[in-house]
Order: sequence, then structure tokens, then C-alpha cells
Amino acid sequence: MPKAHVYKRDHINTDEIIPARYLNTDDAVVLAKHCMEDIDEGFMKKISAGDIIVAGDDFGCGSSREHAVWSIQGAKIGAVIAQSYARIFYRNCINCGFYVIELPNAPQVINDGDEIEIDYKAGEINNKTQKKKISFEPLPDFALEIINDGGLLEHIKKKVK
Amino acid sequence: MVKKVKGKIMQMTITEKILARAAGLSSVKPGQLINAKLDRIMCHDVTTPPAISMLKAKDIDTVFDTDKIIVTPDHFQPAKDIQSAQLLKRLDTWAKEKCIKNYYKVGKAGVCHAILPEQGHIKPGHVTIGGDSHTCTYGAFAAFSTGVGSTDLAAGIATGELWFRVPESIKFVLNGKLPFGVYSKDVILEVIRIIGTDGALYKAMEFVGPALKEMTMEARMTITNMAIEAGGKSGIIGFDEITKKYLDEHLKAGDTDYTIYESDAGAKYCQTIEIDCSKLEPMVAFPHLPSNGKKITECAGLAMDQAYIGSCTNGRIEDFRIAAKIMKGKKVKCRTIVVPATPVIWKQCIDEGIAEIFYNAECVFSAPTCGACLGGFMGILAEGERCVSTTNRNFVGRMGHPKSEVYLASPATAAASAIEGKLVDPRNYL
Repeated sequence: MPKAHVYKRDHINTDEIIPARYLNTDDAVVLAKHCMEDIDEGFMKKISAGDIIVAGDDFGCGSSREHAVWSIQGAKIGAVIAQSYARIFYRNCINCGFYVIELPNAPQVINDGDEIEIDYKAGEINNKTQKKKISFEPLPDFALEIINDGGLLEHIKKKVK
Repeated sequence: MVKKVKGKIMQMTITEKILARAAGLSSVKPGQLINAKLDRIMCHDVTTPPAISMLKAKDIDTVFDTDKIIVTPDHFQPAKDIQSAQLLKRLDTWAKEKCIKNYYKVGKAGVCHAILPEQGHIKPGHVTIGGDSHTCTYGAFAAFSTGVGSTDLAAGIATGELWFRVPESIKFVLNGKLPFGVYSKDVILEVIRIIGTDGALYKAMEFVGPALKEMTMEARMTITNMAIEAGGKSGIIGFDEITKKYLDEHLKAGDTDYTIYESDAGAKYCQTIEIDCSKLEPMVAFPHLPSNGKKITECAGLAMDQAYIGSCTNGRIEDFRIAAKIMKGKKVKCRTIVVPATPVIWKQCIDEGIAEIFYNAECVFSAPTCGACLGGFMGILAEGERCVSTTNRNFVGRMGHPKSEVYLASPATAAASAIEGKLVDPRNYL
């Protein structure tokens, strides 16, 4: 069952998600090794495939580096749930086929270690630990389509065919 | 021919008018999703190689227009290590293979957001995207420009189009006259202090007002450059005589083939913020957010280990003239790294005797690169070190060790602080 890793902080920026000292590669496997390194050094040791990052406002602010999304995807994180996102990061996530959820008070209503399941289309988070269901505004259909296709380029290719 | 577009029945902002034109529509309104034709695409060595690989992986071989894609390696050029050399090689191979007309190879290359305007690639009314968050810089030329990730960049390169959500606009009225020793960097740090790093999230930041009339294009670019630090999608400044003069000097001789858009008197803004620039003081943004601005009079005295003068924010000739004026005949007390943003600026520094002033002051005078601004190379910080920097971000680990600290300031404040080895008020040194 995916676990939540909660950061009770706003403005978690792309330099913290993937520091520029690692931007000399675009290999997601290498980038994943350093995912969230400057905010939480032990991050990669405590996560399992499918886990969720939970944070406050303005997640992903700063650089346009898609490397931030690739490092999170490379770490096999299932989704990010934040109060709000920086614009370029949000767009990059959808373009890369990665789920982002906007949820008011996300780091308050979800506790660190909570086991959660997400229904992306219905817009529902099932918090198994707290035995509670929380609704969120699902992404519009076109964005879900891009994500389901595996990203914007695959989506475009499919449409052209 | 210079064309002027008068207000139509629907009252629009300059940003809405430019996006409507690019989408082939007579009008647009905030929130509307549009597909816009791109006039320019900026490519550099960090985000473009992945875009090229994505296109290859999908068997997409087309480049929408070899004249409209501008390529300049800058982040890790000249190559800082083997891996960045590989990135530069991938960029170089692709640019040659695709016959990209405006490819600035190392020696001609420089910090992208300084190169594009300097070399005459940005015109009023343009829609430009770039694989870099500071692409918003070009808005100083009455144009729309915004940063994108590698996937959007790839889509843009292949098709020459991209979808956008038309942003709401916030109007910033810069009233008054900048006092002595206060610069456009201080203005934008104050703007970000007021609204916060997500205060303009998804929005276009439109700057107007009398204070702009006394700012050069270089100074204005410092303001639009940092729109992203307030979360903005774009920053924009209207066209005037100062814009025209710069364009006359930087576009090909006689090229006036551009369209000037202006905000209508009845255009809608989601917010209007007035700032009395005559009351501003030199500002320093403390770690670890650009919104942590303090007046220099409230923070002078803090010891610094390094001063860094350069970047797409403040690496232009005017910035080095100011720094040199302060450093002339003095020696720095902390290590000081001076990085002209382009080869042209580098040569201007030599020709004007500015480089010699830096040499005599015992600064490092580097070749053009983004360098240490993003913690690449040429001035990385050790654990616990503090740097006063003319760059744009002071996030954790931005210029080096996660426990180092970056203090954002104007070139004048950085130069004066370099002389004293601590944060000082530049007005006592000018």
C-alpha cells in the first residue's frame, strides 16, 4: 500500500528536488538517486514504489528543469499531493505523464506514513490509516488523457496516427 | 514597417493582444486555452538535449523553422566535466545536423537571456518560449515570453506551436524616480518581497509607470527576468523610445518589421499594485527565498565569503560599469567572481578598461557562462559560506553546499560588499 511522505512546508523548489549539480545528466535512474536530496537526505532510503509526496503551497517553484519530474518518476513515486504548484512544474508533470493533485491543507489532512489509495478520475483519496475519504478536483479529461498516454509526446503521436 | 495596433472594441491587455494575434483570434480573455504560433524558441545545453532525445525516441525528425530556433550553450559551457561535455556534444551534433541558423558556438556563446536580445532575436509582439524559467526576460521588449520544460520545448521545436492558458494580468505601477544608488534589481526584489514567491502564480506581470522611463533596456530586463521568482508566467513592459533605441542598435540595420501592442485603457487586471520607487533603498534578499528582502540599512555588516557579479539577471555591461565604478582603485576583501554574460559584454569590459579595474581589485574575471548562479561551476560555495550575488535565486543549495547561503542584491551592493567583505550600503561608495 502506498505511503504518504509529508513535508509541512511551502515553496519546495526544483533546486531542492534535484540540485543543479546533478543536471549534467538527463538519465532518470541517476537523477532518482538524488531526488529530494537537499530537503531530505534520507528520502530515497525510506520510500517504496508508488509512495506519495505530500506538501504545502507552491510545490516545484524555480527552474523549468523537467529533471525535477524525472527524478521523482525515477524514484517511482506515484503522485504528488500539494496545496498548490508552481506553473512550469505542474505543466511538466502532466507532459511527463505524472499525476499531480491539488488539495487544500494537504500536509494537515494527511499524516506522514498514512497509507493511501487514489482514484484519479473520480477525484478521491482513500486514507486507509485514518479510515477517511477525501475528495479533490480531478484533472480535466484532456490532462488525464495525456497522463494515461504516458506523456504529451506519446499523446501527440497517438493523435496524429 | 512599424505597425501600431489600436484598441479594438474588446478592451485587452498587451499580453492578451499578443496571445490573440499568435492564436489567430481577434480577442482572448484570461482562462481561455489557446494554441499559439511561436516566433522564437530558445535552446540551451541543459534542457534541450533531453528534448532532442525525446523527439528521436518518437521518430519525430522535423524542426519547425531553422531560422526561429536560437541555440546557445550557457549553463555548463565551456564543459565543466565529462557529463556536461556529453550534453554539449548532443546539442552541437543536433544543431549542425538540423542546420540551425542561429547557433552560438562556444566563443560566441553566452548566457541565453543576454544573447538573444543582444543579437537581435527578440522583437516586440513576439511569442517566445525557452527551455529555461528565466525566458520571461524578453517581456522587457513588449513581447510575450515564458519558460517551459523539455517536453513542451520538444513539442515547440517540432510543430512551432504550443497551447497556453491566457493569464490574468497584475499591473505594477512603478511611481516616482529611483533614488541615487537604487537600481532596477532593488525594485524587483521589493516587488517580490511584497507579493511573495507565488504572488503572481500563473499571472502576467505588467510593469508600467514613470520610474521605467529612466531605466535602460538592460535595467528593465532585470525586472522582467525575475517575474518567475514571483511565480509569474511572464513579465512585460510596454514599448517606448528606450525600447526603440535598443532595437535600432541591435536588430539588423533598418529592420523595423515588428508590431507594437499596447494595453487598452479599459483592460482588466486582477490586481494593481503601486510602488513609490522614490522611497526605495538598496535591497538584499536573505536565504532561502527571493521574497526575503531586507533594506540594506537593516542588514549591513553581515560578513560574506564571496561576491558574485553576473548571470541573466545582472551580467550586462551596465552592471559591470556600476561595479567597476565602485571597485576602482580598491581591493576586494572576499573572493569576488565577475562573469560577463556574453562575449560582446566581455569585450566591452576589456575595451572600456573595466576588466583592468576588476583585475587590479583582485577579482576573478571569467568567460561568459551561467556558472555558479545555479551551482554549476566557477564559484561553488563550501559548507557554511555566504555569498552576496547579483543572481536571481537563493534557494537551499542553489550555489553549492546545501548549508551555504546566497544573498541577492544589485551589482552596486555586491561590489561595495566585496570591497568590505561584508554587506554594506553601496550609496557610501558611489
